[in-house]
Amino acid sequence: MDMSFNDLLNIGLMQGFAGLSLFAVLLLMGLGLAIIFGQMGVINMAHGEFMTIGAYTIYLVATLANSISPGAVAAYFPFAIVAAFFLAFAAGWFIEWALIRHLYKRPLDTLLATWGISLAMQQSFRTFIGPKEVSPTLPDWLLGSWAPAEGLDIPINGMFVLALTAVVTGGILIAMHKSRWGLRVRATVSNRAMANATGIDTKKTDRLTFAIGCGIAGIAGAAFTTIGSTGPTSGSLYIVDAFLVVTFGGAASLLGTVVSAFGIAQTQSITEFFLAGSMAKMLTLSLIVVILMFRPQGLFASKVRR
Amino acid sequence: MNALKLWIARYQLASLVLLTVLLAVVLPLSLDIFRLNLVGKYLTYAFVAIGLVMLWGYGGVLSLGQGVFFGLGGYAMAMFLKLEASDPETTKIQSTPGIPDFMDWNQITELPAFWVPFSSLPFALAAVIVVPTLLAWIVSFAMFKRRVGGVYFAIITQAVALILTVLIIGQQGYTGGVNGMTDLRTMLGWDTRTDTAKYILYYVCVGMLVLSMVVCRWIQTSKLGTLLLAMRDKEDRVRFSGYDVADFRIFVFCLAAGLAGIGGALFTLQVGFMSPSFVGIVPSIEMVIYAAVGGRMSLVGAVYGTLLVNAGKTFFSESFPDLWLFLMAGLFIGVVMAFPMGLAGVWESRIVPWWTGRRLALRDASLAQSKPPPTPSHAPTKPIASEKALPLDGTGRQSA
Repeated sequence: MDMSFNDLLNIGLMQGFAGLSLFAVLLLMGLGLAIIFGQMGVINMAHGEFMTIGAYTIYLVATLANSISPGAVAAYFPFAIVAAFFLAFAAGWFIEWALIRHLYKRPLDTLLATWGISLAMQQSFRTFIGPKEVSPTLPDWLLGSWAPAEGLDIPINGMFVLALTAVVTGGILIAMHKSRWGLRVRATVSNRAMANATGIDTKKTDRLTFAIGCGIAGIAGAAFTTIGSTGPTSGSLYIVDAFLVVTFGGAASLLGTVVSAFGIAQTQSITEFFLAGSMAKMLTLSLIVVILMFRPQGLFASKVRR
Repeated sequence: MNALKLWIARYQLASLVLLTVLLAVVLPLSLDIFRLNLVGKYLTYAFVAIGLVMLWGYGGVLSLGQGVFFGLGGYAMAMFLKLEASDPETTKIQSTPGIPDFMDWNQITELPAFWVPFSSLPFALAAVIVVPTLLAWIVSFAMFKRRVGGVYFAIITQAVALILTVLIIGQQGYTGGVNGMTDLRTMLGWDTRTDTAKYILYYVCVGMLVLSMVVCRWIQTSKLGTLLLAMRDKEDRVRFSGYDVADFRIFVFCLAAGLAGIGGALFTLQVGFMSPSFVGIVPSIEMVIYAAVGGRMSLVGAVYGTLLVNAGKTFFSESFPDLWLFLMAGLFIGVVMAFPMGLAGVWESRIVPWWTGRRLALRDASLAQSKPPPTPSHAPTKPIASEKALPLDGTGRQSA
């Protein structure tokens, strides 16, 4: 045994940190889904593709920045994140207008329709951007790692993603509980007819909420580019996990989403240390499914009357 | 005479006989054996589709994991065939003769215990139905008894599909991994790859399918079917009437799973392999679209839907692979937005009334010619439509 306690601690910390990057992506995906699902009971199967939109936006902006001047590369990233949000937001707005609003009474049908959208979007990415996986050139300040102690390397991109997630999550929580929009959303969720009667335009609220959920998926895509490369089907790899995050946390509970994303990501990351990757994933998923069978309302049951 | 007519209409025998004639006479006469084998493959998916009609159209529960049960049935059959294909004589070049080749490649030196009973055909055939049904019972018992339904149930079934795919791909020493179980040749010494065998298997498949449809239609017209519809539309009222909603849902989910298992086994027999690409999320959702295109309330419609979508898939993915996914996407969106009742719905609500109207118009015209004064013989203007519209053919949408 030539590994000291310190080495083991460092490995544990680094493995935990790898889990945190996964946590960030899952949380951002789950937040968007939770808002959409909690608000409208709509299951958005195309959520993964909104994430892919965000990831491709980063790539395209990076390519643009590179072609303008190499100096622009250092500065483009924050703008690209904003662009990713708004592009996904616009796509979400359009899809709600074209499709989802007709299907609020038929949640299972929404599921099929959004699956159709996700197929179309995947094929569009493949046709118009290319089937190959791409990665944007990241600015230098995102690369490298921070070594607070001997033998302990924390990657900077991971910390950046985590900070981004914290900002977005905080922003959403504050917006949900302090802003007019949040007030309207919460009013609509608790009693749609009453909210309508008090003068809230619930249709507009629905559309805005759906678009914001999709926009957050776009930010998730931005975060995703720093830890993996983007292909047409990247988003669909995360969709089931994201659904489980939402159901496990308890739909309509944003706090639950945060906790369950953390739990799922860490469980997977830690079991990955002991087992092969696929088995770790299987064990994590099975564990969640079994828990959900015994506690279908999720960790944090919402007290909303339906 | 009238009673016979009613009986035929009640069990939708006319359309069933028409479908049987198409499958058993017209297609075998007009297609070569290669194409017919393809049709046989599509028909195995139709088992899943009619299961979904029962589960989703009648029960109001959508499962996005039917591929799991299709796969389990298929794998149970494949395990038997694989064991027969790997007798010590043919596998003597392996380091351990007598075990399936993929096990040998993965340094497994002994047949795993759960494989051993699959060397018996009766056991394998029983497993084709029992294993999917058992898994369905476990999943649905836990969920429905706690009154979970709707989208939650869909998400959980989807997760189960993902879990099983990851498990099969990850444990390639025991399952054949991503390639699945290939190179299946004989069943009890009978070569399943010859043309004669393919014809026989095709007819077995058609026979089983028609039998399953008769059983499903019988369930639909029985009290159980009425209860399922009632539960779908007003769950609470059925519960307050003293029925245990969960038990009926569990039953219909197990039924759909058992049907899917039979379909999977017939798939393995006709196509000669089984792989995880029929188990996961994507194939499972595709199977839902077969039922949706055909009509989620119509057993016969679901079979036509399966045949049409698959024929389209084979045609387009051969000639225009890029276009196919767009078309598929269009199918999903179009069916949901414009034709929630699928082809059968279009038939019932557009074509049949149009045809009846024309027929009546023609008859009225000829009546007017022969008998100048219009007598009150107009009373039977609607009977053809209303005779058909039994209460069970409700077009209500699910309200999960």
